[in-house]
This record gives sequence, structure tokens and C-alpha cells, in this order.
Amino acid sequence: MTNLTHLTLAEALKGLENKDFTSVEITQAHLDAMESMRHLNAYVIETPEIALAQAKASDDRRAKGNAGPLDGAPISVKDVFCTKEVQTTASSHILEGFIPKYESTVTQNIFNDGVVMLGKTNMDEFAMGASTTTSYFGNTINPWKNKSDPGKDLVPGGSSGGSAASVAARMALGSLGSDTNGSIRQPSSFCGITGIKPTYGRCSRWGIVAFASSLDQAGVFGRTVEDCALLLKSVCGHDPKDSTSAKIDVPDWPKLLSSNQGVKGLRIGIPKEFRVDGMPDEIEKIWQQGIDWLKDEGAEIVDISLPHSTYSVPAYYIIAPAEASSNLARYDGVRYGLREDGEDLIETYEKTRAAGFGDEVKRRIMIGTYVLSAGYYDAYYIKAQKIRRLIVEDFQKAFEKCDALLAPTSPSVAFPIGEKLDDPVKMYLEDVFTSPASLAGLPGMSVPAGLNADGLPLGLQIIGRQWDEEMVLRVGAAVEKAANFSAIPEMVDTKLAA
Amino acid sequence: MDEATVRRVARLARLEMSDEEVARLVPQLGNIMTFVEQLGEVDTDAVEPLASVADIDLRLREDTVTDGGIANDVLANAPEDMEGFFVVPKVVE
Repeated sequence: MTNLTHLTLAEALKGLENKDFTSVEITQAHLDAMESMRHLNAYVIETPEIALAQAKASDDRRAKGNAGPLDGAPISVKDVFCTKEVQTTASSHILEGFIPKYESTVTQNIFNDGVVMLGKTNMDEFAMGASTTTSYFGNTINPWKNKSDPGKDLVPGGSSGGSAASVAARMALGSLGSDTNGSIRQPSSFCGITGIKPTYGRCSRWGIVAFASSLDQAGVFGRTVEDCALLLKSVCGHDPKDSTSAKIDVPDWPKLLSSNQGVKGLRIGIPKEFRVDGMPDEIEKIWQQGIDWLKDEGAEIVDISLPHSTYSVPAYYIIAPAEASSNLARYDGVRYGLREDGEDLIETYEKTRAAGFGDEVKRRIMIGTYVLSAGYYDAYYIKAQKIRRLIVEDFQKAFEKCDALLAPTSPSVAFPIGEKLDDPVKMYLEDVFTSPASLAGLPGMSVPAGLNADGLPLGLQIIGRQWDEEMVLRVGAAVEKAANFSAIPEMVDTKLAA
Repeated sequence: MDEATVRRVARLARLEMSDEEVARLVPQLGNIMTFVEQLGEVDTDAVEPLASVADIDLRLREDTVTDGGIANDVLANAPEDMEGFFVVPKVVE
């Protein structure tokens, strides 16, 4: 039998439909892969009993002819989604032991379509980070190695690092993640896989552990654009339980994608402000390569300007901490999670939160509390919200001249664990190319475009108009086809040979 | 950013903080605030602040009971509960 963990999601669904193998078989193959790759620490918790029970149920449904669109496909779920009766921590000590009594809307959506859940994946604590090194449950290791320095473990990116690593290391066919400022796109780039964050409002935030509510958005990882389209269609849709989820029909993205429209005649915008000082040559080169590919396929390349995009990261580091300080006020040691007893109620709050939150989370709560405090609110918070409007307007003007934007996903490749930890601002600059689309609520996708000289993946980012995921997927498919990225992390490949 | 400010904000945020932690946070938070200060370069006098990109009118749902009767679920994750209530340290002497 072919190695079931190396199939794409689309291939796996076809195989299940053709009865080439059962869901129990492909699920077991992934559980075995998870066991052999456990040292990567991609999963916070594995849920083999649930997975096998769901797989068995899926096989029964299929035997009766009742299979759903994703029936029997094993995938991983970022530990930011509340899963009924399965511990959900957002990789924070303060939520250790929290067992939700309800299911998040997006996980319910994929379960309704027949998905099998393999486990919950590691992440930066409360999704605050770009390297998965702020998790209370340890670092996740990127399955890719730097050829020039193979002894060093690399970060998978973040915050959805466990999800990206699980898909790259063939421990899941796909994954659910979330993206507040690049948390799907940047780890996709670091791990050589594909990931998309839809338009803000496309899917429900109900049951997602909240970080920055005006920015948080669920999204998906796959090894192909088609796989992302399949998963995305399943998670999206209006939900009365989330007032910011839009009442807009979800297009049949997999079908639209299969019509293979290409990019001939499309106008692709190249934002000049993204050519930042000190950008590594390899990033510049892959970006130019992407431009050339799309041009060769008949797209028109248009230079555009997003003049305020350079202020995106500083604006984000006011808005997101402000929202986080408010959202995280709920962790009080009373209703769920950790409690450290004090002499009185206030001391109980202070001790609980001191013990339960990690350093980066505390920093952001402090920043958020500071910028919202009396006397500073207008100078920081309102100022950042004004910049946010300017960023949105920049995109609106740009999209009068083009149909989608092409940019690098990240200013760097996967870096060694422990780097960029001395100065928080250094880590914040990881978001420089992903932040503008997040603040504007636009759909964005990262597609693997090649390897650098050290054998590490480089991603290209496609940004679309509000609600135009179709265009993002369409351009993404063209980049994917031209790049023909087929590299596999050596540790996964070697196993295949052995 | 100085130690007094860090202590004041930590109190507002209900975070107990050791002297060592305060000392470490002063330069870190200072750097972050210096970094965000660059927003001051942009003239925003005529710009309206934007709180949300969700261009969605908030709808009212029908005024009917759709939830409730799940006290056990609500209390299931409480660190301490008693007879259907959350238990907290004594607030009034």
C-alpha cells in the first residue's frame, strides 16, 4: 500500500471513496507517524481514542452511503479551539486542565463534514508569538533542518507552529489554525506548506480562545492549495453565535479551483513598501521569481503603493495588546483554570495571573493595560485605530488597480530555537509582511515557492480583496503550479525510504 | 517607562510582580513603547478611528430563551464550587 500519510487531503478523500483504504487505516497510519515524530512536540495532546472512534464511525457512514465531503480524513486542530470534553489550553498554564463543555463552531463544522481529529496542536501561549517558543508545553521543532547547521533545531514559526509542523511532518493531512497577525501564513512559510486565513468575518470565532477579537480569524493548513480550499469551505459560514460573522454565502472554492482558470489577464499588485531595508537576498529573489512566474502565465504586473503599511506592526502592537488585556481579564482563578490562593480576592487574582501567564503574555497585558489607561487612551489606542483606517484605505485604493497582491510571507526563513528572544521587538518584526492584511481583515495565503541555499522553505503571500478568497486561491494555485514545490523534510523522507 | 509606572500598570492588570520582574520589564516595555511611538509621524487629525473591519450591522435575535439550565456545565471547570456556586476567598470580614 502507498504510504497513506504522504497523500494529499484530496487524494486521501478519493482513496476513501474508492475504498482503496478505510478511515481507520489512514487514521492509524497518522497515529503511528505521530508516535514516531513525538520529539517534534507538534501536539499538546494526542487524541487517538477519539480519532479511531471517529474513523470507525466514518467508515460506517461511508458503507451506508452517507459520507460527508471530508469524511474520514484525519487532521489536527490548534489548541486554541474549544473541543468538547477535550482539554483546551491555548498552550497556557492558566488553562491547564480546562475541559470545555462545548464545541467551537469551526470544529463542529469540520466534524459535521466527517473529519477525524488526531489531536490538539502546540502554539504560542494565547497565540502571542511568531515561533511557538512561548508555549507553556515546550517548543515545537520544525521538521526542516538547515543543511549548513543540521544540529540546530529550528522554530516552526508561530503562533500556529504545531499545526504547521504536523502537516509538514506528515502527522496530519491538514490542520485548523488561527491567524491574528500572520499566525497561519508565517508558519506555513517556515514549514514549506500552504495556509490560508480568510476574510475577517468569514468564519465564526465562537469557541476560539480569544486573543485580539477584532483580528482573530480561523483558517486552515494543507500541503496543497486544493486541500486548503477543501478545508476552508468546511470551516466558513455564518454563525448566529458570533455577531461579527458575516451572513454571506460560502462559495464552492474546491469546484471553482478545479475549473483551472489560471491568471491570464489578471492584474497582480506588487506593494513597493514591502521592499524593506535589509531584506535578505533570498527573500527578494523568491519574490521576483514569483512575479516572473505570474507574468509568464499571462498576468499583468502592477506596481502599487500601501504608504501606511510600514506602520502596521506598531499599530498592531497597540491594538492587539489592548484587546488582549481586556480579553484575558477573564482569567481570574474563579470560574475555570488555575487558581493560586491569596489572602483576599484581589490577591487571589494577582497570584493566579502571575503564576498562570508566561512572560510574553504578561508583557502584552502590561502594554495593553498601559495604552488603555487614563491619559494614554487617545495618544495610543485611538491613534492606532486611526492608522488602521489609513491602512484599510491604502488597500482599497490599491485594489482599484489590481486583483490581488503578491509579496513575501516572512522576512526570514525558519530560525534556530532561542533566537530573537532577547528583544521582543525583533520577534514582532516577523509580522512585517503579514500584519497589513490582518489589520485590514483581508484574506491572505502563503504558498511554498522554493528552498533557500540552506534547504529551508520560502513562502510567497497572496492577499486578496475583502471576501475574495476565490482570487487568492486562484493566484495561489498559479504560484503552486509554477513553483512545483515537492521537497519533503529529510526526516520524513528518510523514514519513507527506510 | 519607570519602575513606578510598571508597578502601577501591573496593579491595574492584577499581576503580582517581583522586584526582579519589574526591573526586567522597565527596559522591555520601554523599547516596545519607543517602537510604537513612530505612529506619531503620521498626521491623523482628519481620520476617524476604525474599531472593526467587520462591516456588519449588529442584528438583534428574537427575544426568546435559547440557553440555560446548565449550571453543572458552567461549574464543571471551577477550581472550587459549592452547592451550585463558585467559591472565592472571603471578601467581607
